[in-house]
Amino acid sequence: MGLILDMIGGLLLVSGASFLLFGGLGLVRMPDIFNRIQAGAKTTTLGTLLTLAGAACLQPAWGLKLLLIGVFLIFTNPVSAQVLANAAHRRGTQKTPLTKVDHLAEDRGDKS
Amino acid sequence: MDKGKSSKWRDTAILFATLMLFWLMLEGKLEADILIVGTVVSLVIALLYRDGLSFFTEFRFTPAGIIAGFRYYGYFFKELFKSNFALAAIVLRPSLPIAPGIVKVRTKLKSRMGRLMLANSITLTPGTLTVEMEGEWLYIHCVTVASADIEAATAEIVSGFESYLEVMYG
Amino acid sequence: MVDVLVTLAAIIAGVAFLLALVRFLLGPTRLDRVVAFDVLTVIAITFIVLAALIEGRGIYLDVALVYALLSFLGVIAVARYLEGRD
Repeated sequence: MGLILDMIGGLLLVSGASFLLFGGLGLVRMPDIFNRIQAGAKTTTLGTLLTLAGAACLQPAWGLKLLLIGVFLIFTNPVSAQVLANAAHRRGTQKTPLTKVDHLAEDRGDKS
Repeated sequence: MDKGKSSKWRDTAILFATLMLFWLMLEGKLEADILIVGTVVSLVIALLYRDGLSFFTEFRFTPAGIIAGFRYYGYFFKELFKSNFALAAIVLRPSLPIAPGIVKVRTKLKSRMGRLMLANSITLTPGTLTVEMEGEWLYIHCVTVASADIEAATAEIVSGFESYLEVMYG
Repeated sequence: MVDVLVTLAAIIAGVAFLLALVRFLLGPTRLDRVVAFDVLTVIAITFIVLAALIEGRGIYLDVALVYALLSFLGVIAVARYLEGRD
């Protein structure tokens, strides 16, 4: 039983790290800041949560504290993503030419 | 927003309970000195920040609200997985197939916490990111814009979470 | 066997860290660097948890929690500061 749980934990760790890797790749490849924030926020949240779950499988005694870190990340990660996106938009950061619409800029009456 | 005195005390009590829960989770054991320190500090913080938001502020502690809460988290994790696989599929494709844009959507939610949770949930779900909130309007950045029409975008992005949050917070 | 998986996870997370570092160095705007920094700190939290597993010391988790708290506040503060410019 313990061995099976250990294996599950190890696999969760590796899959969590893999999502972090996709996030890093997205961060490098995405053409503008908004898409980069998207790539970063989503993958780091799931990646870290899976890592924490894997750690909880390997060391069940740490469960509560790992859960606390997980809850904290679920709340703070999207908030920092939104604050960064908002700041980027207010500064008028260049958007990729692929961008189709921007209702926010239209409503604010920006020139760009 | 005009709040009655009793609801303000209710918020303070809820904030106190939340802080206490976090403290006990952090310590991981029940002993007299830990309980005393936790109670004093949680009480002081709860009284100082009574106008702030915490997870259970404005939460409806009814059976329907609690069930909706659990179903909300089930849906949330499903969407989080979907969004990660979708994103991985995009960044692994050499052509990088994206068509980004910022669209405007409307929410029916009235409570502050409900709207905050909605914005957070949207950020973590497939290809969407909340950029700005103004009252009932949310501006969402999408990696792939399906429709620039407000009604269609609202149905696609908002309504999934909204149905749960409406029961939880109103 | 589990040790191998933990090491593998650490290596993959290490590559992710390097990729985020590339974005941090490339920029081009200051906010891009903040975004990259945000990702770097979350990956660092994963590293701390992995280190706790390898060393078998639960006290590292407190470090991870405090680090998460401080980096969150840091990112918010810097974003607010940059928002006010031009």
